[in-house]
Amino acid sequence: MTVLMVLIRRELSLAWARGGGALLAVGFFVAAAVMLPLSLGPAPARLAAVSAGVTWVVLSLASLLSLDRMFERDFDDGALDLLALGPLPLEVVAAVKCLAQWTVSGAPLSIAAPVVAVALGARPEAAPMIFVAAALGGLAFAFLGGTGAALALASRRGGVLIAVIVLPLLTPPVIFGGAAISNFADRLPWITAVSLLAAYALACVALTPFAMAGACRNAQS
Amino acid sequence: MFSALANPARFMAFSRWAAPILALVAAGLIGAGLWLGLNAPPDYQQGDTVKIMFIHVPAAWVAMMAFACLGGASFISLVFRHALADAAARAVAPLGAAFTGVALVTGSLWGRPMWGAWWVWGDARLVSVLVLFLLFLGYLALRASIDDEAKGARAAEILALVGLVNLPIIHYSVQWWNTLHQGESVMRAGGSALAPVYLTPLLLAGAGYSAAFGALWLARIRSEVWRRRATSLALRAALA
Repeated sequence: MTVLMVLIRRELSLAWARGGGALLAVGFFVAAAVMLPLSLGPAPARLAAVSAGVTWVVLSLASLLSLDRMFERDFDDGALDLLALGPLPLEVVAAVKCLAQWTVSGAPLSIAAPVVAVALGARPEAAPMIFVAAALGGLAFAFLGGTGAALALASRRGGVLIAVIVLPLLTPPVIFGGAAISNFADRLPWITAVSLLAAYALACVALTPFAMAGACRNAQS
Repeated sequence: MFSALANPARFMAFSRWAAPILALVAAGLIGAGLWLGLNAPPDYQQGDTVKIMFIHVPAAWVAMMAFACLGGASFISLVFRHALADAAARAVAPLGAAFTGVALVTGSLWGRPMWGAWWVWGDARLVSVLVLFLLFLGYLALRASIDDEAKGARAAEILALVGLVNLPIIHYSVQWWNTLHQGESVMRAGGSALAPVYLTPLLLAGAGYSAAFGALWLARIRSEVWRRRATSLALRAALA
């Protein structure tokens, strides 16, 4: 157990230090959201119609930001080899890394998401729901993004490659999350969408660590 | 039959004949399907544009079959570490992307006269085929960006399996999304009950497309095997 705690503390502090930590993701998220009224015009009705969807799209893009450093740094300095030799299986290491990524970028983003959505014209009552949806979606984004980052490890190309691999896989959480928010805005039943989003996020948490561990072992071999 | 063909020498001997024979079968079936299809009476609603179906629908079928083949070959290669399965996975990905592209382009050409738009986001199948195309592109991009062949193969296999698990979820989520967002999009009226005069050429073309896919796949696996042999011979010559 103590090994796990040490690993969690290490991953959290690394994720925090990596590329500006939470500030980077939230900064990108807010800056990209500011572009929206500038490009669509300031008419409140038009902005309110797209606020939920755009919040969700920008959220998924912001969660791609620091993925390329997730495994690469440890891979370069040999820490990943040590972790593979250590007492914890690589699957657990990968899961902890993704959880750290979620804590540092997904959780702050899910706090920023309702603020941005309401500023763009979503109903303020929707804020708690947007927070929950963003937190769940962020979990799926972190684990799927981690899979992409681990797969791209062998390529030394990072960034854009990860986005090309990961974005098609993000379709279901984007659909469920976007539907939850827009259904809430339209006063339609939204519980189904949130439950599906939660189910998808949990399935990602359960399954993707195996893919990540396989990809890491492959890159190390 | 499958385990017998896992032997590369036997596979090469088999595919040497099987690929051209399948190509001939494909040409015959597609020719017959298109002949019957183009001579079919125009649809009472869609007019002559219904005939786009005979090149569009089989391409979409084969595109999905190609992804299943990619996933299957990747699984065999990942679990049994079989070199031929990896060659098969590598060979099928560009084919699948091409068939998916044909399905998208012909679908779009069909959509213009029928729906009045090149692209309708309200149609779930359109969107899920587009995501399928993106999955193929991601696979090809990952494979192309890794220089080490063995590592690239393994990483691509893992991605193919992740995609294979995800594909049904994507498909059903897009369908679910579509039923929620069903807007003003004009859908085809009663598509499932197809008259025999359309069904026969469609099935012929479908079988022909599948045979063409098989022939192209075999030919591509053969060229992949030859490429590997050439690489190893060149390496051996360089070392000697």
